[in-house]
Amino acid sequence: MSLRRLAPDQPASFEFTPDNQAWAHKQVKKYPEGKQASAVVPLLWRAQEQNGGHVTEPMMRVIGGMLGMSPIRVLEIATFYTMFNLKPVGKHLIQVCTTTPCWLRGSEAVVAACKKHIHTHAGTVSDDGKLSWMEVECMGACVNAPAVQIGDDFYEDLDGARMEGMINDLRAGRPVKPGSQIGRQNSAPEGGPMTLLDLKS
Amino acid sequence: MLADKDRIFTNLYGAHDWRLAGARKRGNWDGTKALIEKGRDWIISEMKNSGLRGRGGAGFPTGLKWSFMPKVSDGRPSYLVVNADESEPGTCKDRDIMRHDPHTLLEGCLLASFAMGAHACYIYVRGEFRREYQRLDAAIQECYDAGLFGKNAAGSGWDFDCYVHHGAGAYICGEETALLESLEGKKGMPRLKPPFPANVGLYGCPTTVNNVESIAVAPEILRRGAAWFSALGRPNNTGTKVFCISGHVNKPCNVEEEMGIGLRELIERHAGGVRGGWDNLLAIIPGGSSVPLLPKVTCDTVLMDFDSLRDVKSGLGTAAVIVMDRSCDVVKAIARLARFYKHESCGQCTPCREGTGWMWRVMERLVTGDAEPKEIDLLLEVTYQVEGHTICALGDAAAWPIQGLLRHFRPEVERRINAKRAGRSAALVAAE
Ligand SMILES: Cc1cc2nc3c(=O)[nH]c(=O)nc-3n(C[C@H](O)[C@H](O)[C@H](O)COP(=O)(O)O)c2cc1C
Ligand code: SF4
Ligand code: FES
Repeated sequence: MSLRRLAPDQPASFEFTPDNQAWAHKQVKKYPEGKQASAVVPLLWRAQEQNGGHVTEPMMRVIGGMLGMSPIRVLEIATFYTMFNLKPVGKHLIQVCTTTPCWLRGSEAVVAACKKHIHTHAGTVSDDGKLSWMEVECMGACVNAPAVQIGDDFYEDLDGARMEGMINDLRAGRPVKPGSQIGRQNSAPEGGPMTLLDLKS
Repeated sequence: MLADKDRIFTNLYGAHDWRLAGARKRGNWDGTKALIEKGRDWIISEMKNSGLRGRGGAGFPTGLKWSFMPKVSDGRPSYLVVNADESEPGTCKDRDIMRHDPHTLLEGCLLASFAMGAHACYIYVRGEFRREYQRLDAAIQECYDAGLFGKNAAGSGWDFDCYVHHGAGAYICGEETALLESLEGKKGMPRLKPPFPANVGLYGCPTTVNNVESIAVAPEILRRGAAWFSALGRPNNTGTKVFCISGHVNKPCNVEEEMGIGLRELIERHAGGVRGGWDNLLAIIPGGSSVPLLPKVTCDTVLMDFDSLRDVKSGLGTAAVIVMDRSCDVVKAIARLARFYKHESCGQCTPCREGTGWMWRVMERLVTGDAEPKEIDLLLEVTYQVEGHTICALGDAAAWPIQGLLRHFRPEVERRINAKRAGRSAALVAAE
């Protein structure tokens, strides 16, 4: 457990774009009558995305209003779930897994690359505003360790040099390819699958 | 070795088309209607006879769990909730099922829901799995478009809706009652049991929570028959299992194998062996971060199933095999897990909230040797005070890795403390 608070500087308002509003409407319909609160995490998430990566105080009021929840209950959700960022993040947020399976395969070098090329402190946006990084717990990609998440994608089988290369590419606006950075087929062993060879389809 | 023809997850690595058309070619959604027509009781008895035990960590018999659901509704709806929160360090198998074989899971959702009298199913995916969420969402849409979901699902006469939901980063939401709280739009804090979810679950209604893999293997079990599944593995530990092999092996990977395969065979056959050879092995955590580690001598012979691993005071857990070779600082490896549990404690019970932080701080000092020898026993004592004294099993999960470390590597922990003290007194002598 750790203490998490909203950033001191807050905008005055928040509004979903019409597209996101329509999307939110559809989400709420997934849940039975009277149980709209179930949609709080998905809606906050979309709001965070729309806002460039962090949640704000007016969102608590807007989403609370949409779901019939008091704003404080929405705030509780925003502070409990660690994927909600409570203050601004870089254009690209690099989430570095450092839990034991990633650590065993060199996550320390990945962290070092982030410290050297982004900022010595996790959670501080780089001077050019383009990047920030943070440590996260196991992402569920342990057989492709070490791994990081950037946006919706996982980047796997990293080491210090590959992480540096990716940071440079991101900074320069060059595309980076998700998945294994050593060309593995997903979670198959390096060099190619040794099972499921009889099956073709 | 398990033959390819006995593998359920034929697209585990994503070599083939994940879409409905591709899944159908691989045998998914074949005769689903006929399976449903055999009736609820038949499905549950096949599942019981198959011997399938839950793949989410606790190993509870799946068919038996389904049978706890009310046969006749008292007016409340019943729900199936699929646990796709996959956050136990070391574990990354449900991800492969969702992104590469989503229709094995979705067909299972329909069959399991029908067997439990549920017309609706929610799949709770961890927040980080964005791509997996999107893929499931797309695969669900395919099912609606093809008439496999919705009114008269798959022509069976059963109405069925399936929804995908996501979290936002909290390991505790994998605990089934915390997951239900989270799905209701609350903080993911585990509930006291009883009542159990089969009586009071989602929205106060009868609910069964199952792991992704438990549900995804059901269609193939029902198609091929309980006898096929139960012939694989050993009694009480039947079937196939997706193993995740990470850490100090030459070729980390996921692989579906037969339950009860030897740990050494599993690693040498599928993961290219331990780095530097088997004799370079130090220890293995055989079932995800929550189970106690095993020293090499045990790894030489142990079999990978529930009962064999319980007999050596560990567990199959999620079958996430975390390998550490002799270059590894095993104390640090376990201290990092202690930090994980401290970070993930939901904080509602005192022994866990305070205990996880306390255990982590002592573990950090054991890494450097900056502790008193008597603190080792004090730490053990605290693990026993946390274990079994909390609302959910996260407390146990935080205690067991430390107990495992001290059971097998106590001399190493003592050596560090003694080295530090010797260094200190040497420095004192030099100063005099
Ligand atoms: C702290 C904690 C975390 C858990 N995380 C997961 C998880 O990520 N996925 C999962 O399937 N089960 C998880 N479980 C186990 C679930 O509570 C539950 O036993 C399981 O989903 C039941 O499914 P099964 O019977 O199919 O195994 C967790 C349990 C605890 C105590
Ligand atoms: S044991 Fe820990 S995680 Fe589980 S309910 Fe208690 S405080 Fe929360
Ligand atoms: S430990 Fe890093 S993905 Fe699991």
